[in-house]
Amino acid sequence: MTNALFIAVEVDDPVATNPGMAAKLEEVCPVDIFRATLAGVEIVPENLDECVLCELCINAVPVGAVRVIKLYSGQTLPA
Amino acid sequence: MPVLIDETTTFIVQGITGREAVNLTRECLDYGKGAKIVGGVTPGRLGRDVHGVPVFDTVAQAVEHHGSPIDGSVVTVPPSFTKDAVFEAIENGVKLVVIVTERIPRGDVAQMVELASERGVRIIGPNCLGIIVPDVVKMGGIGGPAKDAAKSYTPGPVGVISRSGGMTTEMSSTLTAAGLGQSTAVSIGGDAIIGSTYAELMPLFEADPETEAIVIYTEPGGRMEAELARWVTENKSRLPIVAFMAGRFMDEMPGMSFGHAGTIVEGKEDTASEKIARLAEAGIVVAGEIAEIPGIVRDRMGAAV
Amino acid sequence: MRFFEYESRAIVAKAGIPMTKHGLAKTADEARRIAEQIAGPVVIKSQVLSGGRMKAGGVKFADTPDEAARHAEHILDLEIGGHMPRGVLVDSRAPVQHEYYAGVVWDGLRKRPVMLFSDMGGIDIEEVAEQHPDHVARRHFSTLRPFSDWQAKQLIASLGVSGSALNRLTPIVARLARLFLAYDMTLAEINPLGELEDGSFVALDAHMDMENEARPRQKALLHELGVGDEETRQAREPTPFELAGEQVDSQDHRGVAGNVTEFDGNLGLVIGAGGGSLTLFDAVRAHGGDPANYCEIGGNPSVRKACGLAKLVLQKPGVDKIAVMMSIVSNTRVDIVARGVIKACVELGYDPAEKIAIFRIPGAWEDEGFQILDRYGVEYADRSVSLHEAARRAVEKIQGPPAPAAV
Repeated sequence: MTNALFIAVEVDDPVATNPGMAAKLEEVCPVDIFRATLAGVEIVPENLDECVLCELCINAVPVGAVRVIKLYSGQTLPA
Repeated sequence: MPVLIDETTTFIVQGITGREAVNLTRECLDYGKGAKIVGGVTPGRLGRDVHGVPVFDTVAQAVEHHGSPIDGSVVTVPPSFTKDAVFEAIENGVKLVVIVTERIPRGDVAQMVELASERGVRIIGPNCLGIIVPDVVKMGGIGGPAKDAAKSYTPGPVGVISRSGGMTTEMSSTLTAAGLGQSTAVSIGGDAIIGSTYAELMPLFEADPETEAIVIYTEPGGRMEAELARWVTENKSRLPIVAFMAGRFMDEMPGMSFGHAGTIVEGKEDTASEKIARLAEAGIVVAGEIAEIPGIVRDRMGAAV
Repeated sequence: MRFFEYESRAIVAKAGIPMTKHGLAKTADEARRIAEQIAGPVVIKSQVLSGGRMKAGGVKFADTPDEAARHAEHILDLEIGGHMPRGVLVDSRAPVQHEYYAGVVWDGLRKRPVMLFSDMGGIDIEEVAEQHPDHVARRHFSTLRPFSDWQAKQLIASLGVSGSALNRLTPIVARLARLFLAYDMTLAEINPLGELEDGSFVALDAHMDMENEARPRQKALLHELGVGDEETRQAREPTPFELAGEQVDSQDHRGVAGNVTEFDGNLGLVIGAGGGSLTLFDAVRAHGGDPANYCEIGGNPSVRKACGLAKLVLQKPGVDKIAVMMSIVSNTRVDIVARGVIKACVELGYDPAEKIAIFRIPGAWEDEGFQILDRYGVEYADRSVSLHEAARRAVEKIQGPPAPAAV
């Protein structure tokens, strides 16, 4: 294994570009993976691996619009 | 009732809205028969709730809401607020205070302990994880989330008393794996002055019909092992005791403190080797490693019958 | 944390306890000037945080300012117990007719402070207590009620001290008891406490230790004394490696990954928590292992912090492998620590499977953690493997199997 990345996060476009959703994601994430901007939401790459798998981001948006991928097992949340 | 707490024990959580306190509350509610947490206190947060537990500004409000005296409190507020929180609990009739907070100066701890002894209140901690009666109830973060605690702790005849919260679980898990359950396990805290020492808890275990043996975890620093050795000798305890001593390497490094604040060696009697000698004189077996403990406990329990 | 004698004297003076005329000198010239001001015989004392100054030649007597300067020059260059002095104290040599001892410490069993008083001052109080127990008086006092002078009086009088000596000693001991509580000391000692030929009393030496936990609320006093936040004042000065460990730990407020102590072995330790670290360090040594460090993880640190600590240990010269071990965790998460230590290996260009001798952390989120370790081929153990057995495996990996016992 040559890399040590553990977590990836995908956000569907309608959510990613919605300022309201962006603010919500920034607020719920305990490890600051989301940053709200005027254009929507940005992912903060250096905080991705701090993800505690709490699923608060997943529950904050319409079902399936945010996905958390465990790169070490290939499993995607929500299952 | 078993030692210190049972399923009827009512308690509050002071500092309940803090990150660790929220988890602790969830864990205690979920574990065993479910803890009777009748309120939480965080000044300025009256009217909120944490996992269904109502939050109050003062302990007095919690007592009034409950309608009768509250047995205990778990205190998990920052070090500079702890003394005040404990005084508040004591003056509002709480009889058992578990102090989770660490890094409290000794002067404050001494004041809390002095007031507690004047009011007939028992303090466990500071710098501890609390008390657990396997499959029945836990008061504090001891053992972690309910499903993890259930892996480590099972009901049985061994009382566990430990100066390290984590090692309380490690030792209990080792006992559990060997088929030896625990009556009550108490994390007494790692500080130089604590509310309840081994010798102060021994009479409770001695009087508990469920308990047939005691396992303790000890460290360098302080004289509470010598106090236990004296207590055991003077009171002709019916309970065989097996001890584990960590931090033996510290004997080569006087003046340094490792692990817990209480491990600072301030006199000749505080060293690991001196303590091992004292315990051995009192007939307490000191195990070389944790895996040996269940075997020794079985031998000693057999010998006691 | 310990104070130098010159600082202890400042604390004692602040409490209103009389003292001989003295000054701190950092050069021989300064020592000469102080001796000139004192205008009489002086004693030059090395300012080190180490006992046995007298034996090591760190205390010298001088009758003239020139002699004081000569002694100061010598003592300023003299290493004692591995420490170079901060300076020298130039103290006037008072005409002492009797030496007493006064001290306050905590009694962990009675859970109260205890005053100690002896009419045999100038020597170690533990020695007096052992050889002349009838010359040491003790009295516990309340931390809840204000300290009242009669408590000091009763202590002193119990050794048969009366007359003007009793009346002059009482306020000194009472002030010492009050300063002990007010400044969160763990030891406050005046030894010797000298009775001069004119019947007055002065502190001839003082020793103070403050509780580390109280440093935040004693900032004003520490600032007044010029003690910096970076001064740990432990039994020995922190090494650069240990200071780097503190930096790792202070990068965020989540949990602990630090409390590093440097040793000189080849097996790096990433261990926790408090009691677990003590147990594991003993276990590694019991199996003949040679630890490169001591440390503690606990309280659920961030991935970043666990990674920083592992990197620090991995980069320590002489470290071949690291062992990642903890007692069963309930708050700290197995998967978070696993991510941190693997990240550290990979980012430094190492294969985690090669560099991590063993990973033994059972408990919270262990299934998730074990998936990560599987993925990177790291050897791990669950709770069925004891702390001692995990330590043995780590030592064996780094040193090879133990040689068969000689017959």
